[in-house]
Amino acid sequence: MSAAESSVAEQEVWRLLAKVPDPEIPVLSIVDLGIVRYVRSAADGRLHVGITPTYTGCPATAAIRSATRAALDAAGHRDALLEEVLSPPWTSDWVTPVGRAKLEAFGIAPPAAAAAGRTAEPVRCPRCASLSTERISEFGSTPCKAHYVCSACREPFDQFKCI
Amino acid sequence: MSAASATPARRDRAQNDALFRYVLRLADTSLVLGQRLGEWIGHAPALEEDLGLANLALDLIGQARLLLSYAAEIEGKGRDEDALAFLRDAPEFLNLTLAEQPNGDFAHTVVRQWLIDAWQIEVYEGLAGSSDTRLAAIAAKALKETRYHYRFSSGWLVRLGDGTAESRARAQQAVDSLWRFTAELFTADEIDERMAAAGIAPQLAAAAERFGRRVAEDLSQATLVRPAQQPYPWHGKRGVHTEHLGHLLGEMQHLQRTYPGVRW
Repeated sequence: MSAAESSVAEQEVWRLLAKVPDPEIPVLSIVDLGIVRYVRSAADGRLHVGITPTYTGCPATAAIRSATRAALDAAGHRDALLEEVLSPPWTSDWVTPVGRAKLEAFGIAPPAAAAAGRTAEPVRCPRCASLSTERISEFGSTPCKAHYVCSACREPFDQFKCI
Repeated sequence: MSAASATPARRDRAQNDALFRYVLRLADTSLVLGQRLGEWIGHAPALEEDLGLANLALDLIGQARLLLSYAAEIEGKGRDEDALAFLRDAPEFLNLTLAEQPNGDFAHTVVRQWLIDAWQIEVYEGLAGSSDTRLAAIAAKALKETRYHYRFSSGWLVRLGDGTAESRARAQQAVDSLWRFTAELFTADEIDERMAAAGIAPQLAAAAERFGRRVAEDLSQATLVRPAQQPYPWHGKRGVHTEHLGHLLGEMQHLQRTYPGVRW
């Protein structure tokens, strides 16, 4: 494959993976979540796709791996290699701007945008946009979420943890 | 084989065995603590804490899986993470004695968690710069989760300690009863020294100082008193455990022991 051809193939796979939903928060794709680390046409002529877990114990990791495999197979990339990458570790900073917008529209407060000083930032209610919110618990219904309540509209909501 | 050529090979085997045991200590501490926390599911004082403790357990078991898989590869005897978790007996477990202590009341669980979180932060920070790239990657990943766990456990320590008379008394009682197990956390033995010399693991003396400062600050914020150090006869990381580990393993390993090789 020429460099131009392999780049086209890589772009096609990125578009393909952008349609694979996260099993826990299906409004997000695995690309929105930032867990697809690379798509590369390697010298061995095969496509290498790197994915990284969000949390070490996240039960969705196996489901994501098999959904990614199925999407690659269905698109004819049966010989593509799916690789699990641990380093550098995933951070919520890798959730894309599109992903953040989708989270908020879905009713989950997105993680703060930048790595530094994020625990001090106020969390905005995804329902009424008030900054007057209170953390109920550091943990929620999935490993990636914490539990908040809005003091303005009184609605409880999930926050995507900053890590 | 000549004696000259056998010596380096023997040394490599000894180094490999030390690394295996070192990784098992980390893995078993996470696994055993994760199993303990899992006992709270459905029993915690409030739904939020039930979810919180379950989430801590999930992260710890995730870390244990990565570490056990690596330990199995280092050992190279065909065992995998499941064989190591479910088919070893108590004397082969190398977790810190503190991790296997019973849940007690919520204050005991919080204090145990806080001490191990603070220990893991020091160890994982050191390991993130390890000459062993696999351990470095696992530690960097686990460190993010551990810092988050510490937010939970140190936050609760302060709320309980600086809370009502009842919660303060219970938190102090938990600190008093668990403190004796902390000496083991930073007492280096020949495996720790060998790993530190190879640039694989951090020097425990420096880590112990930082741990001591952190713990003292948290205790003072929680208005709790740091007990005097007591002598301790337990050496969980050498496989010498309190009676509690056997009972924990009896429950954790029951299914695999009763129906060997059973699958979902």
